[in-house]
Amino acid sequence: MSEFLAMGGYAWYVWMAYGGAAVAIAVEIASLRARRRRVFDELRMSVDPTPRSPSMQGARSQR
Amino acid sequence: MLINWFRFSSPVSFYPVAGSWSYAFGAIAALLAGAGLVVALYIAPTDATQGDAYRIIFIHVPAAWMAMLIYLVMAGWSAAALGFNTRLSAMMAQALAPTGALMAAIALWTGAFWGRPTWGTYWAWDARMTSTLILLFLYLGIVALRAAIEDPRRADRACAVLSLVGAVNVPIIYFSVQWWNTLHQGSSVSLTGAPKMAMAMLAGILIMTGAAWCYTIAVVLARVQAIIVERERGAGWLESLIDLRTAR
Repeated sequence: MSEFLAMGGYAWYVWMAYGGAAVAIAVEIASLRARRRRVFDELRMSVDPTPRSPSMQGARSQR
Repeated sequence: MLINWFRFSSPVSFYPVAGSWSYAFGAIAALLAGAGLVVALYIAPTDATQGDAYRIIFIHVPAAWMAMLIYLVMAGWSAAALGFNTRLSAMMAQALAPTGALMAAIALWTGAFWGRPTWGTYWAWDARMTSTLILLFLYLGIVALRAAIEDPRRADRACAVLSLVGAVNVPIIYFSVQWWNTLHQGSSVSLTGAPKMAMAMLAGILIMTGAAWCYTIAVVLARVQAIIVERERGAGWLESLIDLRTAR
């Protein structure tokens, strides 16, 4: 296992490259999820503006 | 079987298709990426001259290919948006830009960490690296230009023009290693001629490329759905099409 992680002495380069790519992809997926949640919440609000929970009330007053 | 593709040129009929395809391609991307990582990090043999540092190319090459390909697809949708004035074409171009920027950024980042042990430097103003950096700036510029223009239809046209003008950069990136005598080496994978690497290495690159394709399709379709909802809200048809209890 430690031999695998050592990557023949190139651990810093290999894992920085793979780690950076993984972080970038995770950020894209998370921001896309957030964007979809926001647009669907706004759509729900425009269809039925009755606030259901305190969190949604907050979202409504921001608009 | 004859498919009427023009049916999908309207956001109304494309929206549900985009949803199911996004899930399907996302699942395939996850499977391919899992298999590809096993090949890339474990099965593929250590390179004779580069040692294990070469394993970086399993993400570098697919990301660099994807960054160029996404640009061409985005420019194609932009041309369609300008020529036919179709809403969905402009939305597709809009959805592609952030993922193109991501791929260009990954290509530059992984290239730096491959270049340091192999060439002795993280960065050089080499023709291919510089033109890839310009590609990243073009993507970021297109995203920023859209954010700066209030009217979405005007933003569509401005971004389409910028995309088309910037498309000249893609062949420059692609042929840079032939046109100029530069640091970045020529391609290791080609459709013609014998493969220049071990079978497992080639297989790893191709599997990771498949994963990058499927990931891009999944993410772009999920994003174009969000864009459709953002831009078509109030048109009336969305509320009847989307199950608001489960949509997320």
